[in-house]
Amino acid sequence: MSEAVLEVQNLTLKFGGLTALDDVTFRIDEGEILGLIGPNGAGKTTCFNAVTGVYRPTSGGIVFQGSSIVGLKKHKITQQGIARTFQNIRLFPTMTALENVLVGADAQHATGMISALFRLPKHRREEQDGHDRAMDLLRFMGIDRKADELAANLSYGDQRRLEIARAMATNPKLICLDEPAAGFNPAEKVELMNLIRRVRDRGFTVLLIEHDMKLVMGVTDRIVVLEFGRKIAEGSPSEIRDNPAVIAAYLGVDEEDAS
Amino acid sequence: MKNRFTAMPKPVKILIWVLLALFAYALPLLEPPIISTPGVDFGGVLFTVSIYCLVALGLNIVVGYAGLLDLGYVGFYAIGAYTVAILTSFHASWPLLLAIPVGVVAAMVSGIILGAPTLRVRGDYLAIVTLGFGEIIRLVAVNTEWLGDTRGIKNIAKPPGIGGEEGWFQIPHLFWGDGTVLLDSDDKTTFLFFGVLDQIPYYWMGLTAVIVVLIADILIKNSRVGRAWEATREDEDAAELMGVPTFKFKLLAFATGAFIGGLAGGLYASRQGFINPQSFLLLFSILYLAAVVVGGQGNRWGVLVGAFLVAYLPQRFRDFDDFRVLAFGVALVLLATLRPEGLFPPRRTVRAKHLEQELEELEEGAGGEESARV
Repeated sequence: MSEAVLEVQNLTLKFGGLTALDDVTFRIDEGEILGLIGPNGAGKTTCFNAVTGVYRPTSGGIVFQGSSIVGLKKHKITQQGIARTFQNIRLFPTMTALENVLVGADAQHATGMISALFRLPKHRREEQDGHDRAMDLLRFMGIDRKADELAANLSYGDQRRLEIARAMATNPKLICLDEPAAGFNPAEKVELMNLIRRVRDRGFTVLLIEHDMKLVMGVTDRIVVLEFGRKIAEGSPSEIRDNPAVIAAYLGVDEEDAS
Repeated sequence: MKNRFTAMPKPVKILIWVLLALFAYALPLLEPPIISTPGVDFGGVLFTVSIYCLVALGLNIVVGYAGLLDLGYVGFYAIGAYTVAILTSFHASWPLLLAIPVGVVAAMVSGIILGAPTLRVRGDYLAIVTLGFGEIIRLVAVNTEWLGDTRGIKNIAKPPGIGGEEGWFQIPHLFWGDGTVLLDSDDKTTFLFFGVLDQIPYYWMGLTAVIVVLIADILIKNSRVGRAWEATREDEDAAELMGVPTFKFKLLAFATGAFIGGLAGGLYASRQGFINPQSFLLLFSILYLAAVVVGGQGNRWGVLVGAFLVAYLPQRFRDFDDFRVLAFGVALVLLATLRPEGLFPPRRTVRAKHLEQELEELEEGAGGEESARV
């Protein structure tokens, strides 16, 4: 039995009278790709936001590698090893692709004003380390040729890839991808599926929100299904496919309509 | 042209920078005809320009890099100036070289005190809070007997010269006659004596400060700190989620900006020898911000040009001084329409294009070889 990287325990999140998440419990084991699916408004992104510290849970616990991360600052959570991408791309548009990834790599660095000002060894070492890591990741994503291009000038697909590279640069244990395939054509989706597997093979654990059922079924090890903020099913892709509750809630609809 | 410059070997580039710096130092001695200011002491104008450059560099860190709209920057400038004034003449008689560091630290501490609670608010709110701060500092000075109230503070210490009143040596200025250039033996600047009449040594002091701050700016910008500032400016939430402690870095930007503002204020007080609250009106905050915005926020060279324009033009065209604000308004409207990002927005695309070209050349070369082999 592999170790749990992240445990979400009875997570409840209320916005005023609206219950966005209701008693959600699931876990992610080391080295697996967990899919988080559900109809629109089911609370998938809210769940992400709770895990990465954007929202503070009303009740319940979030345990990352054995310690609770509820109430920690967002950047602290990232430094501890949870990185994410965004549903709508949120790069730093006026910075180059390389600099975007460097910002991610800096999460593990400690160079401050003094080190930078006097070019102390710490600055040199971290700068070198950051550049190497960033270029490596850009190559991994196949966008190293655009390293010096402004993020805003990249194509849509490259921007999505750059976001994943930036998240990976923070050297996380768990990487959360929020609909990485949104806006991709089928060929690009297949490519992305392979990419996500390769991300996992590099030692990252992946939490994936995705609408596209084919992609989710093809790439994930396990799936958690949310509906109206509640977990209605959990299991392997084939179990989920045959689960009547899921079919009723999600797959019962024509797939065209669902995606 | 910029491409050609970046392609030059490093020693050549350094040489060009050194020559440029030397030219800047020599400018008030050369008194070139069109540039020099008739009717106003050229050295004094250049000193003002150097102070504006210093302030613009400092404000550029806050506004341009970190994206924090600061409408009360003159407050830090005032704190630097008043600290130096109090310590060297009003309540103590410290040497200037000791008072300036204290003034700078006082400005920085005030920046941290102001920033710690207020940097949690964003955008418009921060602008209002800083606007209030700048005015509060001035009103405190106006209403406090201990700070000399409206009368201000006199006899602020001058920088210590080298070699007494005679200095080490004297440098003659150039005299531009009709078609001939002569050394003017009646008009000499003493190296290095900080007197009342000759403003040129003060300009040298200001220029030195600008160069030091400029180098520090380059070193900081091109590091984790600079990237964190920029990421925070672009998207604070995303930056935070990428592991940037945004609050800490915003505070750092505020403190750094205040540091430089305090330095500028201290130097100004020392040159002027006399300060009163009239020197720290809200108008100056706006002028400083205008220098940054006109030049192109985020680009250090741009804001230097902006500072030069804002400080120099009114002095050069003094006859039109009454129309200054009008001309300024027209210029700003034109700028906002034609170049909304300022005269010189930050440019990195040049580098990007350069790299692309290199890669293409490489690929073409490789492709050529392959086809030759086949």
